Amino acid sequence: MAGQAQSVDKKQLWGGGQSPFSISYGKMMMWFFLVSDALTFGGLLIAYGVIRHASPEAWPVGEQVFEALPFLSGQYPLIYVAFMTFILIVSSVTMVLAVEAGHRMDKKGVIKWMGATVIGGFVFLGSQVWEWSHFIHGSGGAFEIANGMSVKADDGRTLDLNAGSWVHMSTAFGHAYEHAMEHGDHISWEGNTMVVTAAAHESHGDAHGSHAEDAHGHDAHATAEPMKYPLELVVNKYTLVHKDGQDYAKLVVTGDEAMKIWKEKEAHTEVFGANLSKNEYGAQQQYANYFFFITGFHGFHVCQGVIINLIVFLMAYRGVFERRGHYEMVEKVGLFWHFVDLVWVFVFTFFYLV
Amino acid sequence: MERDDLIVNDSYSVSSNHSEEAGKGIRKKIYKVTALLTIITIVEIFMGVVFKRNGTFMWESIKLAFVILTLVKAAYIVLVFMHLGDERKNLKYVVLLPYALFILYLIFIATTE
Repeated sequence: MAGQAQSVDKKQLWGGGQSPFSISYGKMMMWFFLVSDALTFGGLLIAYGVIRHASPEAWPVGEQVFEALPFLSGQYPLIYVAFMTFILIVSSVTMVLAVEAGHRMDKKGVIKWMGATVIGGFVFLGSQVWEWSHFIHGSGGAFEIANGMSVKADDGRTLDLNAGSWVHMSTAFGHAYEHAMEHGDHISWEGNTMVVTAAAHESHGDAHGSHAEDAHGHDAHATAEPMKYPLELVVNKYTLVHKDGQDYAKLVVTGDEAMKIWKEKEAHTEVFGANLSKNEYGAQQQYANYFFFITGFHGFHVCQGVIINLIVFLMAYRGVFERRGHYEMVEKVGLFWHFVDLVWVFVFTFFYLV
Repeated sequence: MERDDLIVNDSYSVSSNHSEEAGKGIRKKIYKVTALLTIITIVEIFMGVVFKRNGTFMWESIKLAFVILTLVKAAYIVLVFMHLGDERKNLKYVVLLPYALFILYLIFIATTE
């Protein structure tokens, strides 16, 4: 055995004089790292699944929560997540093309495809920033009702709401209401329409508290045009309840029926968007927590991947691998980058689709 | 079983470079897999948008289909993009066996709990 190993170039062997599995030490260790890292993600996704399965209340539906696109209004369920998935798949492809170019000692090819991979990574990270920002800001908010009641939705169907159940605001109405509350604007009602009289503009950036703002902005009030927003509520905005062969999801309630719910609004139960202690999407805070942790931990991996890719890109550009005689480093970094894509495939399925 | 993790001749090389000709075939394979992954993602999105998540038998079957499609995608990424398909048999087992066990265990837990 030893005699045969002699004929191999010594530089390619490990310290023990052999090369287990016929791969280099670095590549093998990258595989071992990925095997263990995948278990971490596996654990997170399984924990998510268990909590979700054990939850007595309806769990938020990905298709109903993630349906916004930047710069556009309207509903595009899962389109943005699909775009993010596609970006990551494409950057995985450019990475494997960089590896292939490396095998041909094609320096220009490696530089071109590594550069494309780095750009793809940045686009994904930027997309995730928008996704988080949108998730944190929310799409209208929710509140609890004090007493149970029966409501008739705009489509004619009747639902029973229990005391303490959540009712959501429509995006347009909810944002206006949130904005008015944040700025201490004056809110009054004309029938089923909310009338907001803006506090003075120059007081918005003021850090003296709401009392000071009121006193400060008093004169400017008279000139501000009051804004009107018809009350619009949504029942089961992010969840889906299946009862008697019918699906109850996103039932819009307006007019007198909406006012009936609004009058039962429990004080100080409004939630807008999500943070680490409350979220508008579901009664379960774990939903927001797992969203932040799983996509955040994945995003952290992407971030590291982009940095490592950038370093390897610069090394390729400076001809380090050309002088070394092989582009194996591109391969090793590529393994990590493909792993990041692989994890996203699972996150995409188990967090957004199922 | 014949061991394949030991070097028995001098054909092995770390750089594993290939020729211009071989590169063409490899690139073709890469583009094919890209198309496949994209199509599967589009089909998944389509299924997710069309079918209601209402706990009926229909939706439960769709969920199972999602898991299978995801495993297909994962297999293509690992075997082609990560070149595990081209590595030695032993390395494949080292990487994949823990997950085969992991999946079996999950199925066991899911059906007994």
